[in-house]
Amino acid sequence: MIKHLRSAADLDAATATLILDTAAEMAALAGREVKKLPALRGRTVVNLFYEDSTRTRISFEAAAKRLSADVINFSAKGSSVSKGESLKDTALTLQAMGADAVVIRHSASGAPHRLAEWVDGSVVNAGDGTHEHPTQALLDAYTMRSRLGRLEGLRVAIVGDVLHSRVARSNVLLLSTLGAQVTLVGPPTLIPVDLPEKLQVSYDLDSVLPDSDVVMMLRVQTERMQDSYFPSAREYSRRYGLDVPRLTKLPEHAIVMHPGPMNRGMEIAPEVADSPRSTIVEQVANGVSVRMAVLYLLLGGK
Amino acid sequence: MAYLLKGVSILGGSPTDLLIHDGVISDKTDGNAEVIDAHGLVALPGLVDVHTHLREPGREDAETVQTGSRAAALGGYTAVCAMANTSPVADTAGVVEQVWRLGREAGLVDVQPIGAVTVGLAGKQMAELGAMATSAARVRIFSDDGFCVADPKMMRRALEYVKAFDGVIAQHAEEHRLTEGAQMHEGEVSTRLGLTGWPAVAEEAIIARDVLLAEHVGSRLHVCHVSTAGSVEVLRQAKARGVRVTAEVTPHHLLLTDEKASGYDPVFKVNPPLRTAEDVAALRQALLDGVIDVVATDHAPHAVQDKECEWAYARPGMLGLETALPILLSVFGEKWDLIADRMSVAPARIAGLAGHGGDLTRAGTPANLTLVDPSARWVVDPGQLASRSRNTPYAGMTLPGRIVATFLRGEATVLDGKVVK
Amino acid sequence: MAQPRADAPSKIILEGADLSRVVDRIAHQILEKTSGATGTALLGIPTRGVPLAHRLAARIQAFEGVEVPVGSLDITLYRDDLRLQATRALGRTELPPGGIDGLRVILVDDVLFSGRSVRAALDALKDLGRPSSVQLAVLVDRGHRQLPIRADYVGKNIPTALSESVRVAVTEVDGADEVRLIGGLQ
Repeated sequence: MIKHLRSAADLDAATATLILDTAAEMAALAGREVKKLPALRGRTVVNLFYEDSTRTRISFEAAAKRLSADVINFSAKGSSVSKGESLKDTALTLQAMGADAVVIRHSASGAPHRLAEWVDGSVVNAGDGTHEHPTQALLDAYTMRSRLGRLEGLRVAIVGDVLHSRVARSNVLLLSTLGAQVTLVGPPTLIPVDLPEKLQVSYDLDSVLPDSDVVMMLRVQTERMQDSYFPSAREYSRRYGLDVPRLTKLPEHAIVMHPGPMNRGMEIAPEVADSPRSTIVEQVANGVSVRMAVLYLLLGGK
Repeated sequence: MAYLLKGVSILGGSPTDLLIHDGVISDKTDGNAEVIDAHGLVALPGLVDVHTHLREPGREDAETVQTGSRAAALGGYTAVCAMANTSPVADTAGVVEQVWRLGREAGLVDVQPIGAVTVGLAGKQMAELGAMATSAARVRIFSDDGFCVADPKMMRRALEYVKAFDGVIAQHAEEHRLTEGAQMHEGEVSTRLGLTGWPAVAEEAIIARDVLLAEHVGSRLHVCHVSTAGSVEVLRQAKARGVRVTAEVTPHHLLLTDEKASGYDPVFKVNPPLRTAEDVAALRQALLDGVIDVVATDHAPHAVQDKECEWAYARPGMLGLETALPILLSVFGEKWDLIADRMSVAPARIAGLAGHGGDLTRAGTPANLTLVDPSARWVVDPGQLASRSRNTPYAGMTLPGRIVATFLRGEATVLDGKVVK
Repeated sequence: MAQPRADAPSKIILEGADLSRVVDRIAHQILEKTSGATGTALLGIPTRGVPLAHRLAARIQAFEGVEVPVGSLDITLYRDDLRLQATRALGRTELPPGGIDGLRVILVDDVLFSGRSVRAALDALKDLGRPSSVQLAVLVDRGHRQLPIRADYVGKNIPTALSESVRVAVTEVDGADEVRLIGGLQ
């Protein structure tokens, strides 16, 4: 098993599949009367969050607690180089506290890689800057597999602000590893200029929808407008928002995903978000199972 | 003090004896001269760096004129040009004279201050360039390095103004509107790492503008740390048209690529950023062709806490003085004429440093020279470097070529690979 | 505990029809001791306990026409030696549709050795429900208990040395029925 989960690139197909399979077993156990499992009794998991993200933090917290780990929430929000402790000093503190795993959310890309050099325990990336969010990709893959029965050969369209999206980066890596075919869709300003050749890019959402098994809508921050990535929220929504008429262009079986939090009315219409094709609520539930699987596989053995 | 270098190879030529006497190369004999067995050693004119950050005044925790001078002498340098982005900024005669005096006191290399182009490097108001030029420091290179002189009108005026005292503007070419938040070269690696990209065009656009401005006003322009293949093409065309432009490249841009960022270790964070293998190849060729005139280190010491942190929070820059010549040897092999020209003769000419970059075969040439053992191999250990900082990107690498001795006006500053004073 | 090497000499103790007869015998014993397997559920411990539990249920059905609910109980997350080995993949836990509350649960495993697996199974069981009683059926008891645990139904007692190991293969998992004693024969 791997030691850290810093990037979806840390996972080969076998390991990624093991995580998804383990998550399925964890999900099956979630319906029991006693939800707690003793596997990580005596282990300490630190949630080190430099950015506010209540949903991700409580998902990891629930996962760790269901496996009986001790959970320490270390909210370092507002910390920066200018004030407060450096990441390295914090790392040394966590090391002294005997953290077996550190789950880190940070606004700087690569912070988990740095942290992994300074602590002995496992590092789990819970979102770093505009880099990656590997457990989100795992739960997305898990959701796709449980809805559509497979990942190999699935056609997945990732739509929106790919340039700044850590969710998109992790999904591209993981889905490629697991044999899905990814198409990136968005205005050219929000698609990175240099991409690996195997990736398909389209600037036209309508042409991609009929050939997609999965449409993953990314959150688009309205601040991007000020920076001239697109002229207005209205134009963005008209060209790249998933509304009801567009939903009908999808094949019967196709599903709609969103990592949340959503801008309803911007990248996704409320009727679409709430439609039976949407997996948005499932994604949240699956998040706990997947994170249990990750924590168990990282910390469960010697 | 006189030295007799027995069996030395001048620029790789056949072994000969070289007498250093009264601060110059001498063709006489001196029975009292200290004899140095220089068999197997190559003599080069003392290296000249047109781009060094000595950090004093302001960040003496990262480097001082004294520690930076030691690093320079150990790297084979006899002159370094100290960049203006100190605190306070070297934008007045007072500050440049202070740096110049500190250099004299250290006495290991000639520290030639570079003056800021604009007050506080802010790009708004021209600094008193004339006062700096006529000060004791006799400033000839002016640069806002770290920042680009972005305003085309300011750039034009500065280029024109320094003609009065044969000055040159050294431009840090970076269109900052295209590099907001930039962390590394914009390309496939930055996409993968989720780090904001610094596009090559941000450098190329400014160089293109500046060569046109220099051409228009008939002034000298020097381009700092050229890093892209596109910049090379712009320079090649400008030179072909006869524009008076010179350019420098750093050792790190001749060797390292943006792949180095993959582990997020900010020791590889630098501005301009490490580029692609194609850029590296183009820069090497440009140095061979003379499209790029000189190698400059952009030696940029940083305190530990400014590098042992998240990539985005780290300061850009790398140490360079002690590794520059070995890097050139590892990239180009023992092309001594090339190395002497690009690392000594040409930079001395650009900086207006008479007495440096002279012909070692001619009697009377000021004895500014360095002795290199090209057969020696050494492993870069950050802790062993003379710089006060540790941010070398070459840690653990085995490099060819060891500086055995350096002489400044006939006085040894380095002997047996150790600083003399 | 020292494991015999892969190329260590080995000896077949049971195979094919012999093994089936042993399973039949356990099924009869269960019927006997549980008054016809009423109010009883079988829970196999993965990996090989699960097919054994299904076989027992099938035999009981064949002998008496009683349908005994069968499930599986993965003990991985409850093991006391998790940290001594590389991370283990999870097996499946699947309770019979009616659950196990109030039933006599018979745990089914292939080999009874130290008793630690059974202890883990008892821990896992208590998080899943409240059976009226718990019994244990094993294909092989090889001795060397480290805990005060004994089996209610034993297919075959095989005295072993600690340096030996017992490998059970079943057709459903391994393609053949076989019990093999490995190592320590020199």
